[in-house]
Amino acid sequence: MTLEEFGINLFKVVCVFSLVMPMIAYSVMAERRISAFIQDRIGPNRVGWQGILQPLADGLKAILKEDFTPAYVRTAYFWLAPAITFIPAFMTMAVIPFGSTIGHQKAVIADLNVGVLYSFGIVSLGVYGIVLAGYASNSKYPFLGGIRSSAQMISYEIAMGMAVIPVFMLVGDLNLSKVIDFQRTHGWLIMYAPLSFFMFLISAFAETNRLPFDLPESETELVAGYNTEYSSMKFAMFFMGEYANMIAASAMMVTLFFGGWMLPWITEPASSIAAGFLHIGIFLGKMMFFMGVFIWVRWMLPRFRYDQLMDLGWRRFVPLALANVLVYAVALWARALMK
Amino acid sequence: MIVDRKKLSFWERLYIPAILGGLRVTVKHFFSKKVTMQYPEERWTVPEGYRGAPYLVKDQEGRTKCVSCQLCEFVCPPKAIRITPPGPQGIPGVGNVEKGPSEFEINMLRCIFCGFCQEVCPEEAIFLMKDYSLTGLTRKAMIYDKEKLLALGGVHNDTINKWGRKAEEAKEQGMLP
Repeated sequence: MTLEEFGINLFKVVCVFSLVMPMIAYSVMAERRISAFIQDRIGPNRVGWQGILQPLADGLKAILKEDFTPAYVRTAYFWLAPAITFIPAFMTMAVIPFGSTIGHQKAVIADLNVGVLYSFGIVSLGVYGIVLAGYASNSKYPFLGGIRSSAQMISYEIAMGMAVIPVFMLVGDLNLSKVIDFQRTHGWLIMYAPLSFFMFLISAFAETNRLPFDLPESETELVAGYNTEYSSMKFAMFFMGEYANMIAASAMMVTLFFGGWMLPWITEPASSIAAGFLHIGIFLGKMMFFMGVFIWVRWMLPRFRYDQLMDLGWRRFVPLALANVLVYAVALWARALMK
Repeated sequence: MIVDRKKLSFWERLYIPAILGGLRVTVKHFFSKKVTMQYPEERWTVPEGYRGAPYLVKDQEGRTKCVSCQLCEFVCPPKAIRITPPGPQGIPGVGNVEKGPSEFEINMLRCIFCGFCQEVCPEEAIFLMKDYSLTGLTRKAMIYDKEKLLALGGVHNDTINKWGRKAEEAKEQGMLP
């Protein structure tokens, strides 16, 4: 890697980071407003026009609050856990092609050959943060939350991973840019693998600990689950990590099933810089749609019982995903024979 | 009593009807009228007979009705009222109100809004009004003095017009102050 490439990549990282951070802030804002509207309330609308500056006020509050470390916690892990939750959520974004090209540059930070494996690997790191938080807090509710989340995330990672195998069998490559290329010529993958998308979506809810699968937090039983003992910026980091995970999951869904930066009538890679930005805009628009789905579903469905969650993961999704893989394998094999 | 669990049909077990039902309810509420009252701008209508903050009133001719009898001061359970009577000379220039208070303070931090002062007042000079959110930056700011109480209390439409009649009486006797 030359110095120039290094500089360009660094610039991309800074760009993506400074795009995702406000997105997190405004997802929280959107969540609060949408929640309020669904509950016949108005929601925060005081800071700035229609509460548009509320995230700044929230951030300021999180920083200024007392950062309290209880005396009984395992301090080193207690400090480490928020960072371990927060960082992997961002690292997933590295392989997402969030646009076509800008000038001569591809709009992706790392065009990895093993793209999707990388992101699954990183996502599975996220569970350590939560487990560690539960362990380090040295208190019963976080502990239960940590245990629940580890079991849940590991279970659904399997279902999630298996659900997307047909996609890569169809594309024949793990690189996410190649997945986009395939969709450019063949149409969006949702048409080829709807069941995969369906399972991926539900597993994503479980992976990001969102309702109806928010058992690690389940405030009615566990106070606040793994982040009960956290306050101030450490709590905010868990919070931001959760939303960053949601953004990453949305981005993955858009990339894998909904054609990334493409619209049915926009399929050619950008020739001008303006078109490049337009493609990024399309990608972000699709992502925001899925963020909306995440938020909306929270108020639509009640929380699953833990045994129902495990039952759904292991006894429904894993066999279904395996069968799905088999069906696609046979179909592809038959197609190859016919040629 | 044992209630048998309802057997779910296949369609219901797919969980889809529940999702659709949830979607219907949330969409309906999303677009429905909001119940939030945006407080400082919108306020609830205070019902008649509400016991808010006690203020002093003037009659229609601008006279302070209070005559410093100090009954309210004595009846006040939390001792929130403090009255300084004018003394034997009276205050010059108050018409012929005999004993208008030279100072009248209500400590709103102590006041419990019981309404005893209003009930006990023989001159109908103090009333519990409809103000319910009294704020101040210091404790001192919450001790309302005579001027403030009178300004907040405004005019009470007095049908008896005691001091008006007293003034007429004095004029007839050629004893205007």
